[in-house]
This record gives sequence, structure tokens and C-alpha cells, in this order.
Amino acid sequence: MFELLGIAPQALFGQLLLGLINGAFYAMLSLGLAVIFGMLNVINFTHGAQYMMGAFAAWLLLGLLDVPFWASLVIAPIIVGLFGIVLEKLMLKRIYHLDHLYGFLLTFGLALVIEGLFQWKWGSSGAPYPNPIPGGYNLGFMFLPTYRGFVVVAALVICLATWYGIERTKLGAYLRAATENPTLVRAFGINVPRLITLTYGLGVALAALAGVLAAPIQQVSALMGVNLVLVVFAVVVIGGMGSIMGSIVTGFGLGLVEGLTKVFYPPASNTVIFVVMALVLLIKPAGLFGQTK
Amino acid sequence: MAETLLKVAGLQAWYGESHILHGVDFEIRRGELVTLLGRNGAGKTTTLRSIMGILGKRTGSIAFDGRETIGMPSDHIARLGIAYCPEERGIFSSLNVDENLRLPPVVKPGGLSIEEIYKLFPNLLERRHSQGTKLSGGEQQMLAIGRILRTGATLLLLDEPTEGLAPVIVQRIGEIIRQLKSRGFTILLVEQNFHFAATVADRHYVMEDGRVIDTIASSDVQQSIGKLQTYLGV
Repeated sequence: MFELLGIAPQALFGQLLLGLINGAFYAMLSLGLAVIFGMLNVINFTHGAQYMMGAFAAWLLLGLLDVPFWASLVIAPIIVGLFGIVLEKLMLKRIYHLDHLYGFLLTFGLALVIEGLFQWKWGSSGAPYPNPIPGGYNLGFMFLPTYRGFVVVAALVICLATWYGIERTKLGAYLRAATENPTLVRAFGINVPRLITLTYGLGVALAALAGVLAAPIQQVSALMGVNLVLVVFAVVVIGGMGSIMGSIVTGFGLGLVEGLTKVFYPPASNTVIFVVMALVLLIKPAGLFGQTK
Repeated sequence: MAETLLKVAGLQAWYGESHILHGVDFEIRRGELVTLLGRNGAGKTTTLRSIMGILGKRTGSIAFDGRETIGMPSDHIARLGIAYCPEERGIFSSLNVDENLRLPPVVKPGGLSIEEIYKLFPNLLERRHSQGTKLSGGEQQMLAIGRILRTGATLLLLDEPTEGLAPVIVQRIGEIIRQLKSRGFTILLVEQNFHFAATVADRHYVMEDGRVIDTIASSDVQQSIGKLQTYLGV
């Protein structure tokens, strides 16, 4: 079959794996965006910068304090999540009553400032982060680096845990209810402003967690989130704004679509996601999993 | 005579620029069932929302169990033991029936257990895994009432629980409201349906143009029927 298509199986599976890994990051990031958008009504353009901060936090923890990767996986998201909570308390909460555009402008401006500061301090060439699980497996048809396999599994676990937390727990029920009718949820005695702050912190921590996972694969650099965040927004639009399962499925799916495009028609690989976005918007403007209000 | 549980005095309230309540005064004693009657736009719903603290601007005094609540955010007011069942019912579509029922946190001991609530509303038990908004109007109303019984709140604010429902369901809701009263709940009921209100309430306050203009005891309803018809424009 591979001979018929004129493609080496190594190339196909290699690109599929790469697609799956990219998809894992798309899914984790769009999930955080979906959670934040659902609850805050803010399109968090700072997400890419917060992803970068996660990677930097891990890199600095290792360089300055010798904190190993596995500990950073927990510590870095907490640090960046707390930073998100401060942002929410100081700035974001002042704009909830305004149009989406203000939230977009504020978070976009914040991203520029944060990325600018990191670039000023550490330059933009990037620094390597050592691979915590070197080596790999020869699967016969392809070589699987262990760490990359781990990232895909970890992303799936993170996504499903987040989905479970939102769809199947009491706190998740508060979140879903407050997304629909915050006034009434508050009138039941739930501190909704605090719930909103925590949700933002959680969404930001998810971005940072993705950043830590990305550090050993990519260079840790101030601008690592810039291009990614654009693709992730396309993923969110395709999946449907605010849909949790939509973000996960679309994230992984589009990673694979991108990988396949690299095999069959490489020149289109950078644009294929945006083509899919345009098509989905034409046919289903609310996104594949979105509900029209 | 029982002590006063809720005392509203000189309550004024605004929706944005529009001034809706112009000095509302009334009180409810513990264990009483009192209605607010009046035409559309008289300020009944606004009064409930003001008590619950979900209105932008309010002045005057709302004392619950001796505590002034006028400056409190609504989550604090709820935790004192006031629960609200809104006119639009406010069932959450992203939650199933059971999740809707368990959503309001327990704020005080003494509320009904989940089993008691399901016993009171057997339909809800059958449909506990359905999406909240897939229920019929009557079932949604029962869910909206049921979920505030768990919290231990002592004062229930019910906004037109019979609106748009079939007579047999209105009757059922009437029975439930009477049962709640006999269990010791204090209830403030907003009603358009005067005939319904007359069957359950101890007292009626009549509202007009953002004020309480008259009080009628249930025992005097027969003598006051002419007056009421003028007030309510029926």
C-alpha cells in the first residue's frame, strides 16, 4: 500500500506522531482557552505567553535551583497559575462587563508586554532543556522517542482529567452553572467572583503545564508561544467556543490533519488548519461542537 | 405571636437608570406565608430581587433575623438563610436534574434531604438523569422549588410559581406550598393568580407603583374582594 502511494511508512508514521504531539499541545492549550472563555467571557490572548512562562519557569527552576523536570511539572504551573490569579484580580475583572473586544485587547497587550520582557532579559535565540527520558523504542515501522510518547499520553490524561473535573464533579457543576447564570448561582450562596478567579488560574496553569511539557521538545524561548497561540485560536474556533470535549477532539484531530498534510502536500501544512477553519465557519459557524446561543 | 423574620423599610431600588421601587415597607413573621400582589410592573419581582441582593442599586433597609442586609452581596445574603426561586425558574441546561437539585450549597442545618425532596416530587426522581431544561414546565418549577429546600434556608422567596402551568399542576404546587408552611418554612410568594394566592396565604400585601399600598388578611379577603379587583385590575 505504501508503495502505491509512493510514501515511505517511516515518513508517514513519523509525521503522524509529530501531528499527534502537536495535537496534544493544541488540545491542552485550547482546553484552557475554552474553560476561560466559558466562565470569564474573555478571549485570553495571553495564553501563548503563559505557555512560554511555564517553559521558562521549568528552565529557571532547573538552572537556578536544580529542580528536576518532574517537580517542575507541578511547581511551574502553580507559579504561573498564581501569576494568572494576580492578573485576574488586578486587571481582567475590571472588564467583564465590557464587550469581548476589550478583553481581547487587554490580554493581547499583556502578551506583548510579557513576551517583550522575557525577550529583553533572555534574548530570543532560545535555550535547550535536557530531555528527562532519553532513548526510545524501535517499533519496526518507525522509531518512537520515549519522551514524545510520554507527552502524548500525558496530554491525554490531562485533557481527560480536566474534562472529568468539569463535567462530573461538584466544583465542575458550579462552573457550568455559573457559566450559564452567574447571578443566580451567586444568589444560592456561592462566591462566584472567587470561582471566576480560580477558573482563570486553572486555565493559565494548564497553559503553563503544556509549556513545561514542551520545554524538552522545543527550545525554551520568549516567542515560543506566539505562533502556537494563533493555531490554537483556530482550533478553538473550529471546535466551538467554550466546548470542552470539542477542544480536546479538535486539538488532536487537527494535529493529525496537519501531520498528514506534511506527508501528502507539504506546502499546505502551515495553512491547512486555517483552511479547515474557514470551511467550518462557512458550514457550521458555531464550530463543530459549539452551540448557537 | 411569632417574631419578625424579615423587615423591609423604605426600600428603593433601581434597574440602571430606571427607579422601580419608591419606598417599600412590609414585614413577615417567622412561619408566615405572605404574598405580594399587584399588577404587572408594580415592583413585586424587583422586591424579591432586592431582598436577594441581585439588583444594582438599593437603598433603605432589609433586616433578616435582625441583621441588616442592604449592603451585602447576594452570596452572603443566601448564607444567612434566604433562598430564591426565580420567575424564569433558572434551571441550568448544562446540568442534569440531580445536579440541578444538588447545586445550591447547604447553608444551615434543618433542610430537607435529597430523599425527602424526591419523595415530595416523584417525577424528578424518575427523570434525575435528564438534562434540566428537557423537563416539562411543571417539572422544571418543581425542580426550582425542590432545590432550595435542601439548603436549610428558612425564608423562601417564590416568584410566580404557578405561571403558565396547567390547573392540575397549580393545584399540586399549592399542596406543596402548604406542606412547606406546615414544616415551618417562612414564605414570601409573588402571585398574579389571586385565587391561588388566597388559598395558601396568611396575609396579602398589595403593591402599586413601587410601594406597598395595602395589607389584607386572608380572613378579610371575602369582604375586600371589590377593593382587590380594583387594585389588580381584574
